[in-house]
Amino acid sequence: MTSPRTLFDKIWDSHVIIQRPGGDTLLHIDRNFVHEGSFHAFGALAKEDRKVRKPRQNFAVADHYVPTVGRERGLDATEDADARHMIQLLEENCRVNGVAHFGMDDARQGIVHVIGPELGITQPGLTITCGDSHTSTHGALGAYALGTGASQLKQILATQCLWLKKPKTLRVTVNGRLGPGVTGKDVVLAIIAKIGAAGATGHVIEFAGPAIRGLTIEGRLTVCNMAIEAGGRAGMIAPDDAVYEYLHGREYAPKGADWERALAQWRALPTDDGARFDREVTLDGAALEPMLTWGTSPEEALPVSGRIPDPQSLGDADKRAHALQALAYMDLKPGMVLTDIRIDRAFIGSCTNGRIEDLRAAAAVLKGRKSMIPAWISPGSTALKAQAEAEGLHRIFLDAGVEWRASGCSSCAAMNGDKVPPGLRCASTSNRNFEGRQGKGARTHLMSPAMAAAAMVTGRVTDVRALLSGN
Amino acid sequence: MKPFSTLTAVAAPIDMANIDTDRIIPVRFLRKLRNEKAGYDPYLFHDMRFGNNGGENPDFVLNRPAYRNAGILVAGANFGCGSSREGAVYALLDYGIRAVIAPSFGDIHYANELQNGMLPVTLPEEICRGLRAQLQAQPGATLAIDLPAQTVTDTEGTAHPFMIDPVYKERLLKGLDDIGLVLENTAAIEAFEKGYHAQRPWLA
Ligand code: SF4
Repeated sequence: MTSPRTLFDKIWDSHVIIQRPGGDTLLHIDRNFVHEGSFHAFGALAKEDRKVRKPRQNFAVADHYVPTVGRERGLDATEDADARHMIQLLEENCRVNGVAHFGMDDARQGIVHVIGPELGITQPGLTITCGDSHTSTHGALGAYALGTGASQLKQILATQCLWLKKPKTLRVTVNGRLGPGVTGKDVVLAIIAKIGAAGATGHVIEFAGPAIRGLTIEGRLTVCNMAIEAGGRAGMIAPDDAVYEYLHGREYAPKGADWERALAQWRALPTDDGARFDREVTLDGAALEPMLTWGTSPEEALPVSGRIPDPQSLGDADKRAHALQALAYMDLKPGMVLTDIRIDRAFIGSCTNGRIEDLRAAAAVLKGRKSMIPAWISPGSTALKAQAEAEGLHRIFLDAGVEWRASGCSSCAAMNGDKVPPGLRCASTSNRNFEGRQGKGARTHLMSPAMAAAAMVTGRVTDVRALLSGN
Repeated sequence: MKPFSTLTAVAAPIDMANIDTDRIIPVRFLRKLRNEKAGYDPYLFHDMRFGNNGGENPDFVLNRPAYRNAGILVAGANFGCGSSREGAVYALLDYGIRAVIAPSFGDIHYANELQNGMLPVTLPEEICRGLRAQLQAQPGATLAIDLPAQTVTDTEGTAHPFMIDPVYKERLLKGLDDIGLVLENTAAIEAFEKGYHAQRPWLA
């Protein structure tokens, strides 16, 4: 009898190629994703006269630098010459190396962490990498997915494996049932607020418990997306029937006899009863409210009914320094009621909250209402854009005066120029509220799509539940 | 990769937790090429270092004359959290920083430092705070890092021992990069893949 193992242990064990003294492990990587920002790694690879060793296990997509307006004019008309060059460079690097590439005009284009699951490339039990910290997203389907820098990415391209030390495990159990208007985004912000932005450093987080099980696939992807904001090396959720149903029939999912064989393997993945985690944290899901961030670290988050804290009350001097700087940057005062904060802009999209359920949640709030502030929505993938349009969601957005854009990372990191102007306050469904993240001087408040839609309607931070209750 | 053994250098204190990689290098510079002629040093901490008019912000630590030649940073917990951008390491390195001392690091950034021959030193919160207090009291003072002995010697001559994984230590001392270590194991890799994909042909 083998001793009980966690989901993570099982995936790790099945991917170990060799283990050196000291625990240094060479791990097989099933799937690796690249995007425009991967040019440093491709450049280094070419410099060493190497090629991608396993082209069929690598996938490329243009997302970070693609424009979200004027896309019908095509790549050649993209005004930002640097961005155009990077998008072309990715295509060229993929052509030379024989890697599948979903370019700006491909129907399968979208944000890398949205299209991975959507195309069935992301599957339970896999090791998945990408030169991007939010690779943790893919863990929602029961994979071990981790972001790397350019050097490790180069190594993966060249070898399809990676030297790693086995991380520790942390199980975050969310009990109870979430109340109406409380989403995966609120759950994960509450977790980060509780354990801190470094709370899971060195650990892989398994999210578990009834409130997590009750989330849709979209909601689970949102939670795992932000595992990295708690410092986690990866986030994961045990696969179940909801995952298998989601994957069935997708382009890169196994088919026929392979599907049956895969299913049998996937069903053996969930954590065994009695398996040991290095740490455990528990939250009561029923007690959660819609959340938002007030500061410039994702841990600086509070329930919407809260008030801005007094930094002087923080015991840790370095965190106090961060909070003081955050309040100055955000132009907020201690004691202020969160719902008194005026909002100038709103953005719905990103690999955190750019999926169909997110768009539906925003539409439910915006239906028959108008946005009081400039706002835009960028769906997580081109396919999702089409799906939303087939459902008529875009009509609701356009009627509300909200821009309906093409798919890409857009204002999440504003690499493509979709910036929030300096000094303006943006309600954003993305994952980072760092200084300058959405543009130099931009002030970001992270929240769920429903909450961002509520902010559009009122021009201030608003408890979305008040807008939903009449429905 | 340049090996790392010992380093005695001016150390600059930054009293803040959660210094994210967007702060270390704002995203708009990541599209820049990096080569011998054009390093990433101008972008390091850009929006803290420079004001809106492009002029230096005199309060930022690296703009104060005594710290300009810093080769070491001493920061708060969770240094380098956030984005995986290796540009953060390029900016630090190209500026001349070869080691960062902090109570903890973002995991990906920690790995990125190691991959580029930088030494991330993890020391307890109180010790980091004490080092920063010394460096603020004596601007321009040096710290001495000894990787073989695993110590940081402060301005008063006290040596603080630090822990580092022996595997990472060996790679830094020898300046080994990971690819070399992989290529030594090609036979094992191929054998693994054969067995693994026999069970999961749809993944090959
Ligand atoms: S949407 Fe934002 S967080 Fe996600 S991959 Fe793009 S830039 Fe990164």
